Amino acid sequence: MYKILHAENLAGNIFLMQVEAPRIAKHCEPGQFLIVRIDEVGERIPLTICDYDKEAGTITIVFQPVGASTERMSHLKTGDSFIDVVGPLGQPSEFIHEDMEELKKKKMLFVAGGVGTAPVYPQVKWLHEHGVDVDVIVGAKTKDLVILEKEMEAVAGNLYVTTDDGSYGRHGMVTKVIEDLTAEGKQYDVCVAIGPMIMMKFCCLTTKKLNIPTIVSMNPIMVDGTGMCGACRVVVGDEIKFACVDGPEFDGHLIDWAQAMKRQAMYKTEEGRALLKLREGDTHHGGCGHCGGDK
Amino acid sequence: MADKLTKVPVREQDPQVRATNFEEVCLGYNKEEAMEEASRCINCKNAKCISGCPVSIDIPGFIKEVKEGNFAEAYKVIGKSSSLPAVCGRVCPQESQCEGVCIRGVKGEPVSIGKLERFVADWAKENGVKPEPPMPSNGHKVAVIGSGPAGLTCAGDLAKLGYDVTIFEALHQPGGVLVYGIPEFRLPKDKVVAVEVENVKSLGVKIETDVVIGKSTTIDELLQNEGFEAVFIGSGAGLPMFMGIPGEISSGVFSANEYLTRSNLMKAFRDDYDTPIKTGKKVAVIGGGNVAMDAARTAKRLGAEVHIVYRRSEAELPARVEEVHHAKEEGIIMDLLTNPLEIFADEDGWVKGMKCIRMELGEPDASGRRRPVEIPGSEFEMEVDTVIMSLGTSPNPLISSTTIGLDVNKRKCIIADEEYGQTSKEGVFAGGDAVTGAATVILAMGAGKAGAKGIHEFLSKK
Ligand SMILES: Cc1cc2nc3c(=O)[nH]c(=O)nc-3n(C[C@H](O)[C@H](O)[C@H](O)COP(=O)(O)OP(=O)(O)OC[C@H]3O[C@@H](n4cnc5c(N)ncnc54)[C@H](O)[C@@H]3O)c2cc1C
Ligand SMILES: Cc1cc2nc3c(=O)[nH]c(=O)nc-3n(C[C@H](O)[C@H](O)[C@H](O)COP(=O)(O)OP(=O)(O)OC[C@H]3O[C@@H](n4cnc5c(N)ncnc54)[C@H](O)[C@@H]3O)c2cc1C
Ligand code: SF4
Ligand code: SF4
Ligand code: FES
Ligand SMILES: [Mg+2]
Repeated sequence: MYKILHAENLAGNIFLMQVEAPRIAKHCEPGQFLIVRIDEVGERIPLTICDYDKEAGTITIVFQPVGASTERMSHLKTGDSFIDVVGPLGQPSEFIHEDMEELKKKKMLFVAGGVGTAPVYPQVKWLHEHGVDVDVIVGAKTKDLVILEKEMEAVAGNLYVTTDDGSYGRHGMVTKVIEDLTAEGKQYDVCVAIGPMIMMKFCCLTTKKLNIPTIVSMNPIMVDGTGMCGACRVVVGDEIKFACVDGPEFDGHLIDWAQAMKRQAMYKTEEGRALLKLREGDTHHGGCGHCGGDK
Repeated sequence: MADKLTKVPVREQDPQVRATNFEEVCLGYNKEEAMEEASRCINCKNAKCISGCPVSIDIPGFIKEVKEGNFAEAYKVIGKSSSLPAVCGRVCPQESQCEGVCIRGVKGEPVSIGKLERFVADWAKENGVKPEPPMPSNGHKVAVIGSGPAGLTCAGDLAKLGYDVTIFEALHQPGGVLVYGIPEFRLPKDKVVAVEVENVKSLGVKIETDVVIGKSTTIDELLQNEGFEAVFIGSGAGLPMFMGIPGEISSGVFSANEYLTRSNLMKAFRDDYDTPIKTGKKVAVIGGGNVAMDAARTAKRLGAEVHIVYRRSEAELPARVEEVHHAKEEGIIMDLLTNPLEIFADEDGWVKGMKCIRMELGEPDASGRRRPVEIPGSEFEMEVDTVIMSLGTSPNPLISSTTIGLDVNKRKCIIADEEYGQTSKEGVFAGGDAVTGAATVILAMGAGKAGAKGIHEFLSKK
């Protein structure tokens, strides 16, 4: 059992949990993820490691309920436990292997979309701790959904917050901020974009135009997370990669986004039914005539 | 009643009924049936069957006890050579091993050795026969990686010798392929696999699940910082292969590993579990091994029309004869001498069909089997909404790429000697599918035994 030492509703429907997982905390690096299972009947849910404390043996996850499992997870409280937490999985961000002097010369831009702010944080923090200051754009739909601003502020070189509705910070999508910053004369050697697939796709379209090499963190459907099932296949250039072992970070300009989005929607019907069943509980008996009352 | 030329028939669930449930297909012998079948063994002096068994079980020895109704005695005889009889009795390819060389098979059917072995193991379990207690602790710590048949056997043997053994397993449940790959209807998880795991635990073996060696920690760390004096690697061959044909990335194309893991490990076939699985209306399973049969029969039970698409002919099907027979009985359609060339998808990216080509058998290839060659111009389209790739698996490089000085061959298989499982790295032993590539339960179990012997010798000399 993996104890939840702290559970918190960060903003809107975004949740943060600090979980006891000493082996993972000791071995993880920025860019990696883990897999949790709520209980015996639970699915294996992949989540990015958003922070870690090697001494205390804890890791932090941040998530947004989008379906039955993440919704169920959002009801867990401080003191509850996950039956399973496994990791760290995937490859660490490439920059941790780079020569520090070279890295310090690089101008890096991090772009975070919504709950994607959380996975960007450990990368920016790592760079900050190694003496590298980077620019960070954090985008959210609206003011109340901006998360980890204070934490990010503390580790970012420059932080640019933007909201789609202009209720806080700059006004507009993150792609607009990328364009604005470059128009203001900023130059970047590399961009790291993390968020919903659609946001990463548009970031890549923008940075391609601006000629900025871009790394994205792919979140395809996963089962084992160790290379055993191939559920997580993504097309990168003319190759097929397993995101769980070869990634999750890839060259965003080589990703086949249309394909990736189609694969992500593979279980849409089953998922919708599962969520409905969870929300309506025993009152959902499949009277809709579509679902037979379950998956 | 029997003419002694044929096996005492074993009771099975009716094909029509079982094609809609996940209960075990074969119901096994009862006492009387087992004793009658045992009486068909003529107790050969120079028993060929023993040489057909990879772990040399004293087959006439245990069958003699069954004939006389001494089932506990029979269990002891088997236990000297095998630690997983309930599993092997169910899944060994007997027709090419013990039963394949049984003298009874020359004129008539061989003795039903597998079913007898299964009977004895099930009887022992029902009657509470436990494995022999371990020797007093000798204080040496050994790590075993992977909890499949190789790992479980190695751990069990070492624990019996008094070693302090910890198994590290990447998945959340121990058992390896026995839990994630082979379906419930062939190998019941609670009744058989969980019992074997409990037996190993009852010997004092600790099992840490959710530990991916190479990620959560490494072999070098286990040896240097965690106090382990030797390591056995039984990490299997879990990496699925794909064909590399156009359209293979489409939604609705799965590896057999994914499909079976969803159904077996994650219990997606049950409504009370969260993990979803796509049932599909018309499913094509590509391949002809045990894994393909298991995927096909699982899809059938989930309600689909299922086709096995295999490029050679029936005689070359690598699956166990019994599984092919069961699959056909359950209504699986065999599209033999057929090979997919391309997969087509609809505008949502979902599989809608497959371009295939007919094959014929040409000259024998390196494996001695006749090589399938395409018949020019015989392309045709097959309408399917789900494709399950079952083309084989290879060892995952996670461990070999993170362990200093551990040599692998071209196929990423760990190099280890057969007798002791010794690898290129001191104190590190290996066996099972991780060494041989995908093989069988009994061979993995045998390799686990060899590894235990190797580790015992190594640590005794230290
Ligand atoms: C490497 C990686 C890192 C991730 N990091 C985070 C994170 O830090 N925070 C966060 O909120 N989410 C993260 N996700 C996404 C998260 O795993 C999914 O939101 C979650 O699995 C949805 O489960 P559900 O049952 O609640 O939703 P469902 O209703 O089952 O599905 C909703 C959508 O979530 C996705 N999804 C469903 N099942 C899976 C699965 N097994 N694996 C991956 N995606 C799935 C699909 O796109 C699906 O359409 C990450 C995914 C990956 C692969
Ligand atoms: C669907 C299917 C059907 C089969 N049917 C038959 C049959 O009928 N008869 C037969 O004899 N054989 C059959 N086989 C083959 C047989 O199951 C295997 O040969 C056998 O299980 C191999 O045993 P093993 O212990 O070497 O590895 P596995 O059973 O594969 O176990 C390896 C274990 O190691 C774990 N592991 C891997 N990497 C790591 C890591 N880095 N850290 C920690 N743990 C790790 C895995 O999660 C797994 O649990 C079948 C295989 C499949 C897939
Ligand atoms: S272990 Fe397998 S090969 Fe050996 S006797 Fe039993 S069924 Fe036959
Ligand atoms: S070869 Fe057949 S008949 Fe002879 S001892 Fe073995 S099982 Fe019995
Ligand atoms: S999630 Fe199974 S191989 Fe990547
Ligand atoms: Mg779900």
